[in-house]
Amino acid sequence: MAAWIWVVPALPLAGVLINGLFGRRLGKGAVSVVGPGAVGAAFAVSLALFLDLVGRPTAARQLTQTLYSWLAAGDFEASVGFLVDPLSATLMLVVTGVGFLIHVYSVGYMHDEDRRGFARYFTYLNLFTFAMLLLVMADNFLLLFVGWEGVGLCSYLLIGFWFKDRDNATAGKKAFIVNRIGDFGFLLGIFLIFGTFGSVTFADVLPAAATVLAPGGDLAFWICLFLFVGAVGKSAQIPLYVWLPDAMAGPTPVSALIHAATMVTAGVYMVARSHALYDMAPEVLAIVAGIGAATALYAATIGLVQTDIKKVLAYSTISQLGYMFLAVGVAAYAAGIFHLVTHAFFKALLFLGAGSVIHALHGEQDLRRMGGLKSIMPVTYWTMLGATLAIAGIPPLAGFFSKDEILWRVWDAGHPVLWAIGFATAGLTALYMFRLFFLAFHGEFRGTPEQRQHAHESPPSMIVPLVVLGVLSVVGGWIGIPPAIGNLVGHLPNAFEGWLAPVFEGGHGAAVHGAEVHAVPPAEYALMAASVAVAALGILAARHLWLARPDLPQRIAARFQAPYALLANKYWIDELYDAAVVRPYNALSRFAWRVVDDGLIDGLLVGGTGALVQWQSRVASRWESGNVATYLTVFFGGAIAILVYYLFG
Amino acid sequence: MSEIGVGHYITLSAILFTIGAVGVLTRKNAIIVFMSIEIMLNAANLAFVTFATAIGDLGGMVMVLIVIAVAAAEAAVGLAIIVAMFRHRETVNVEAFNTMRG
Repeated sequence: MAAWIWVVPALPLAGVLINGLFGRRLGKGAVSVVGPGAVGAAFAVSLALFLDLVGRPTAARQLTQTLYSWLAAGDFEASVGFLVDPLSATLMLVVTGVGFLIHVYSVGYMHDEDRRGFARYFTYLNLFTFAMLLLVMADNFLLLFVGWEGVGLCSYLLIGFWFKDRDNATAGKKAFIVNRIGDFGFLLGIFLIFGTFGSVTFADVLPAAATVLAPGGDLAFWICLFLFVGAVGKSAQIPLYVWLPDAMAGPTPVSALIHAATMVTAGVYMVARSHALYDMAPEVLAIVAGIGAATALYAATIGLVQTDIKKVLAYSTISQLGYMFLAVGVAAYAAGIFHLVTHAFFKALLFLGAGSVIHALHGEQDLRRMGGLKSIMPVTYWTMLGATLAIAGIPPLAGFFSKDEILWRVWDAGHPVLWAIGFATAGLTALYMFRLFFLAFHGEFRGTPEQRQHAHESPPSMIVPLVVLGVLSVVGGWIGIPPAIGNLVGHLPNAFEGWLAPVFEGGHGAAVHGAEVHAVPPAEYALMAASVAVAALGILAARHLWLARPDLPQRIAARFQAPYALLANKYWIDELYDAAVVRPYNALSRFAWRVVDDGLIDGLLVGGTGALVQWQSRVASRWESGNVATYLTVFFGGAIAILVYYLFG
Repeated sequence: MSEIGVGHYITLSAILFTIGAVGVLTRKNAIIVFMSIEIMLNAANLAFVTFATAIGDLGGMVMVLIVIAVAAAEAAVGLAIIVAMFRHRETVNVEAFNTMRG
C-alpha cells in the first residue's frame, strides 16, 4: 500500500489542474463532479491506507514513501517524502472526509456563482486540500512548512474570494499578514532544529530529541517556543487570533473547511507531531497550556455577545482550539487530537448549518434578524441541534467525550486553575452556542417579510453533508470512550488513544495516559458530572435568557454597560493592535518611503548624481562660448605658455 | 648705420606676427580676421627665408613655397566659407556666429 501514498495528495492536485485550466470551458456541471470527486477519491485512498495500517501489528503501523530528493546542499537534505502513521492517517481521513462533504455542500452553496467564479472556487478549494494533505503527510519539517504556507495562501485566496468588496480583500490580507508573523517563528524553529540535529526529517529529529536535547534546557525551550509561535498564528491563539473572526468574510463552506475543521487545527497537529521535542521543554508546555486556557475562556466571552452568526462560530472555534492547546500543553496529545477530530465534525456542521441559514435568508448573517426557522428548515434545525449539543458537551455526543477527556487530563496533570478555566469555558460554550441556536431557530422571525417568504430549506447537495456530519457529531466521540465509561459497559478500551499510542509513546505523556484500562479514580466521575452539569446549566440559562425572557439580555446589557461594551468591542484588541502595531508600522513604512526611498535614495543618491553631472556639464559648457576670438585667445595663451615653459622652464 | 642682419628680419617678422595676432583677436569683421591670419603666415614665411639664407639651407625656402600654396588653398576655402556665412546671416561679424555655444 505504501506505493499508493502519493496518490492521496495527487488527486486534489489533479483537480486543481483540471478546474484551474479548463474549468471555465467545462462548465459548472463538470467542475462540480471533478472538484468534490477528486477529494472523494483521495478519501477512498486514505481509507484504504488507514485500513492497511489497522491490519498491521501496532509497532509496524508506519508507511513511508520518498518521491524524490527536493533540496540537497552540503549537509542539508530535504526530500518530498510522506509519512503515514496513525496520527497522519487520522488527519488525512478528517481532511479528505470532512473536506469531501464540504466540497459537496459547496456545489449547492455556490450555485449562484457564474462559471468563472465557480471554477475558481473549486480550484482554490482543491488546492487547499492538496496543501493540507501535504502538511499532515509530510515526513519532514520543511515539507510540512510548504503545506503550512500553502494552506495559508489558500486561506487568503478564499477569504478574499469575493474580492470586489474591499472589506473581504482586507480581511484576506489581515489573515495572511498575521499568519506570516507566526510563520516567521516557525521558520526560526526549523532553522534551530536543523542547526541542532543536522536534519529536518521527523525520523532523524524526533527519536533523537531525548538524547540531543537536555530536558528543560535552553535549546529545547527556544526550538519549542518558536514552533509554538507558528502554531499560535495558524491556530488563532492569543495574541495572534485577530485574523480568524475577520476571515469569516469568505464563503461559509470555506469557513467550515479552512477556518474550523482543518487548517486552524494545523498548529495542534504540529505540536502533537513534534511532541518528542515538547516533552523536553516543560516550560514551553506550560506556556502552551496557559495560552490555550486563556484563549478558550477569552474567546468564549467575546462569542457571548456577537450578533453575526458566523462571528459567534469564529470565536467558538478560537475557544475550542484553546481547548486543544490546553490538552497538548499538559502532554495529553491524544486528547488534543481527539478534540481536533470531533471538533472538525461538529464545528464543520455548525458552519454548514449556519451557511444553510444564510443561504435561505439570502445573505442575512445577523442573529437579531433571524428566529423561528425551526419549522422552515427542519433538517438544518435538527442537525444544528445535534452539533450544538455536541459542542456544549452533552453526553453521549462527540464533544462530551473529547472535552471531558481534556478536562480530566488537565486535572490529572495537577493544574486545578487551568481546569477551572476550562470548566468555566465549558459552561460559557453551552451558553453562547444555545444563544445562537435559540436566536436563529426559535421564537418569532425578526427579518423582513420578503426574507420570510423566500426562506426555504436548502437543496439536497447541502442537506446530505449536514446529515452525514450530524451523524458523525453524535457518534464520532465513541471512538474515544474513556475507561471511566468503558469500564461500566464492559471493559471497552479507549480505541482512539490506543490507536495513537505508537506515535505518542516515548514521551512521558504516553506513560501516564496509555490506553490500558486502569483503575478509575472517583474524581474522574465527579469531574464528569460537574462538566455535564455546567453545560446543562449553560443551556438552561440560554433558554431562560433568549427564549423565555427575550427582554432580559438587553436589560442586563444596559445594567452592565461597561463590561458589555468591553465584550461587544472584543476587548478593543483590534483597536489596540491598530494603535500599537499597525499605525507605528505604517508610520515607519511611510518614513521609509518618503524619507529613505524618496528622499535619500531617489532624491540624494539618484537625483544627486544626476544633478552633479548636470552642474558639471553646465560649468564645462561655459567654455563653449561660440566666440572665435575667445577660442583664439585661449589658443594663443596656451601657445605662449608652452613657449615660455620651453624657454625658461 | 650697420648692415641689415638676421636680427632686423626676425624683428620685422615678430612685429608682423604680433600685428596679425592682435588683429585676429580684436577685430570683428571676418574678412579682416582672415587678412590678419595671412599676415601671421607671411611673418612666419619671412622668418623661414631669413634663417634659410643665414644657414644656407634650401629647406626653409621649400617650406615657404608650401606655406604659400597652402595659404592660397586656405584663402579659397576661407573666403567661400565667409561668403556662405554672409548669405546665411547677412553679416560677417564673427561674434554673430556663436550658435554652437554651450
